[in-house]
Amino acid sequence: MGYTALDRKSIQKKHPEKEKKEKRHDDCFGEASGEEEKTQKRIRARIPMTEPVQLAVFGLTEADAQHVLDLLNARDVDYADLYFESRVAESVSMEEGIVKRAAKSISRGVGVRATAGEKTGFAYSDELTKKDLELAATTARYIANSSHGDRMVPVPARVKLAHDLYPIERAQIEVATSERVALLNEIDAEARRYDPRIKNVMASFTTEYKVVVVATSDGTLVGDIQPLSRLQISCIAEENGNRQIGSFGGGGRVGFEFYREQNRHLDYAREAARQAVVNLSAIEAPAGIMPVVLGSGWPGILLHEAIGHGLEADFNRKKTSAFSNLIGQRVASEVCTIVDDGTLPFRRGSLNMDDEGTPTGCTLLIEKGILRGYMTDKLNARLMGIRLTGNGRRESYQSVVLPRMTNTFMLAGESDPEDIIRSVKKGLYAVSFGGGQVDITNGKFVFSASEAYLIEDGKITRPVKGATLIGNGPEVLKKVSMVGHDLQLDNGIGTCGKDGQSVPVGVGLPTIKVDEITVGGTHL
Amino acid sequence: MSEHNGGYADLAVDLIGRAKRYGATEADVVVADGQTLSVQVRVGAVDRLTKAREKRLGLRVFVGRRSAISSTCDFSKDSLEHLVAETCALAKTVIEDPLSGLPEPSQMAHDQPDLDLYDGTCLSAETQIEWAQRGEAAAFSADERVTNSEGAEFESSSGRVVLANSHGFVGSYEGSSFSLSVSPIASDRRTGSMQRGLWYDVQRKFARLASAESIGQEAAKRAVRRLGARRVPTKRVPVVFDQETAGSLLANLCTAVSGYSLYKGASFLVDQLGHTIASDLITIYDDGRLVSGFGSRPFDGEGVATRKNTVVERGVLTSYLLDTYSGKKLGLPSTGNASRGIGEAPSVGPTNFYLVPGISTPEDIIRSVKQGLYLTELIGFGVNMVTGDYSRGACGFWIENGELAFPVEEITVAGNLKQMLKDIEMVGNDLVFRGRIASPTLKIAEMTVAGD
Repeated sequence: MGYTALDRKSIQKKHPEKEKKEKRHDDCFGEASGEEEKTQKRIRARIPMTEPVQLAVFGLTEADAQHVLDLLNARDVDYADLYFESRVAESVSMEEGIVKRAAKSISRGVGVRATAGEKTGFAYSDELTKKDLELAATTARYIANSSHGDRMVPVPARVKLAHDLYPIERAQIEVATSERVALLNEIDAEARRYDPRIKNVMASFTTEYKVVVVATSDGTLVGDIQPLSRLQISCIAEENGNRQIGSFGGGGRVGFEFYREQNRHLDYAREAARQAVVNLSAIEAPAGIMPVVLGSGWPGILLHEAIGHGLEADFNRKKTSAFSNLIGQRVASEVCTIVDDGTLPFRRGSLNMDDEGTPTGCTLLIEKGILRGYMTDKLNARLMGIRLTGNGRRESYQSVVLPRMTNTFMLAGESDPEDIIRSVKKGLYAVSFGGGQVDITNGKFVFSASEAYLIEDGKITRPVKGATLIGNGPEVLKKVSMVGHDLQLDNGIGTCGKDGQSVPVGVGLPTIKVDEITVGGTHL
Repeated sequence: MSEHNGGYADLAVDLIGRAKRYGATEADVVVADGQTLSVQVRVGAVDRLTKAREKRLGLRVFVGRRSAISSTCDFSKDSLEHLVAETCALAKTVIEDPLSGLPEPSQMAHDQPDLDLYDGTCLSAETQIEWAQRGEAAAFSADERVTNSEGAEFESSSGRVVLANSHGFVGSYEGSSFSLSVSPIASDRRTGSMQRGLWYDVQRKFARLASAESIGQEAAKRAVRRLGARRVPTKRVPVVFDQETAGSLLANLCTAVSGYSLYKGASFLVDQLGHTIASDLITIYDDGRLVSGFGSRPFDGEGVATRKNTVVERGVLTSYLLDTYSGKKLGLPSTGNASRGIGEAPSVGPTNFYLVPGISTPEDIIRSVKQGLYLTELIGFGVNMVTGDYSRGACGFWIENGELAFPVEEITVAGNLKQMLKDIEMVGNDLVFRGRIASPTLKIAEMTVAGD
């Protein structure tokens, strides 16, 4: 269920022998979904603030960090940082009514980076001895190609986190395997109960508990604990030899109890089963240009692909994005205002700080159709002379920081969703999607529907098979003529790929009408 | 042997013994380590230099018919002891699966031939930078419309895999990889529109890598030829898949014949073994022992001997790709295709999966099309493996009277894989391995192209 940026063909990036290597914008723009807000406040009230993370977790002291930063202090080096990470990931998965697989993975390491002008030197190590850190520093400063600097490296001072968006205790993430197994068994039973045509149910529950500490040459030392979990369900329905799949899931930076609240896990199970059953009666999708109504929530993947990647600062600094030089210009219709907000409590795409220690924020990307800003990390903000937005992210200590999205969504408009559908004589209503992809340079993007219906004379009629929608990023949002008042964020399943790195993200959308876009069905 | 595997074989055997003391009835351990040096150059200057060494250990234990998996990069004695205990405890919490377990001892790879996968050439950062710079410079000088660049990247890496299990199997092999990719950007002075091109080569042996100049020039050609691309009207036409896009089609087929997709009912090829699934022009092999092949290895992720499997013979599906577990689910023996992430249960993957070339040149194939599409790039994930429904974003060239007339973009190609495989009318003679899945040019009789 990933989406990805087509920025580089993936030649094997990793080691060749490794066989495989996967609403609270009040400070910004008003309320989103009221119900969501209530749930989140309730969870929040129950949980105490977590303790600040310290380097001692990694068996190191602040003096060790300063020593390595000092080694990185070459004359040409503008900036250097150390990123310490410890991650424990656990998963259980079920198929054919049996929870067969349980896995646990532990990793720990440090990424050492120095930047000089446009150059980045980077090394990482899974050993945290003084010798390994020194070796990594020597490699990282190789790019500077200059003598030791005379600048003083400030003693890293502990900085308090700007946010406390996911105060989850470790015990709430790392519940007993038996509890996870019970959850998956209930899901299996519920999906099969929903409809006898459901023949197989596959479900997985994954959790991650990540502790990071960032020490920078600007003299900050800041840490965060980043819990993450996700429940994913796929159902296969079968009738007279016709087999169809339906998928649904959710998650976020939440503890285990989230999935049992109001039997959320059973809602997910029924939703996956429903989608599989709907697709049993799907007819061929139409082909050609037509009006398309996108449902609220996960169809926000449109924004992620059509404009999100194109507004990441690196592509614009290099002038390789279809959006380069378009700041201040119209790239969407008046009804479109789009933000990237990393500060929504408990959301999958949210972070207290980005992976360079910068507090996340709410970044205005498009305001009433006018392009306002890019998403930045330290390197690109410095080189472009623009504001730091807290979008510097990395998959792990093994990867370099890139400007990435957090939660990207369009603010609610004024139209009634039913009026939007009524306004279409003949078109497509798409409510659920698989993945999407974009070619940053020419702006062409795709995203593929997994549940869609025909609209005929203003009414939703028959379900159609999944089809890919294709458009041009800087043009498609100019064709958005109606925006609903029903903004929803997705359920917390998105993973974004760029340059071979995967990071969790969120998207959101109210119901919108795109007057014309190419639908890639088979029916002429 | 331990001299060649850094003592990892002894470590693995020791852990298996410890797992047994914690109640495991069977166990296996895989250890991988490696090093990578990667440089990226952009517009002549070094953009990024990355150097890394890593190692990782994966443990799989069975307690009767229950199993669990764990992995770590911390090889300290205490940490590993803790890992073994915890993994054995974890296994006791899952439900018994009557089919779980290691392969039979008789299936383990007894021979471990040298498949010529390793080249010890150690390149300096300077050499790699120089290669990347030459590649990018060749792209810039190939055509004046190349005005910018996403950069050029040279990466060298090497590593080893050690696998041991409680049957007493111990195996190891080393591998290496050298790659150069160049990604220039061409622009149209009149409209300001940009197109990216990309070309690359990847080899296990440094000496076999194509020249930086040839890679840069090809990348430039691929960027420039896309300038002025437009949409075409929606219609049904023949579609020619070039090597790269045909390879992606073959990758879809590879997923559909994976034992895991099949027993879960998640493949459009369920129950098709022995049936005609493709045109009689199609023969597909998966060869785990191709010398110097990218997917080659003496044994698979469970220690089972790799071999050459005929997957499709003249259109008939003759073999699935299986590991031990998915094989048992389908009542068949493993085909030696267990693929193993260090911390994951085995799944199934291709080794060197390729379509046997035909006799037509790519030019002959294009010439046979009166009006149609020559497909050079696919984007998006619009393939439903359960039903075979296929709808993807596409770029390429419009064919008029057997000639490439103009570049096209912002279109989709759609059909159903079941029909598309049967509709393959011509197979090219241009098979080249650039990774583990490879196909020559293919022509499909008719698909729906959606544009205007």
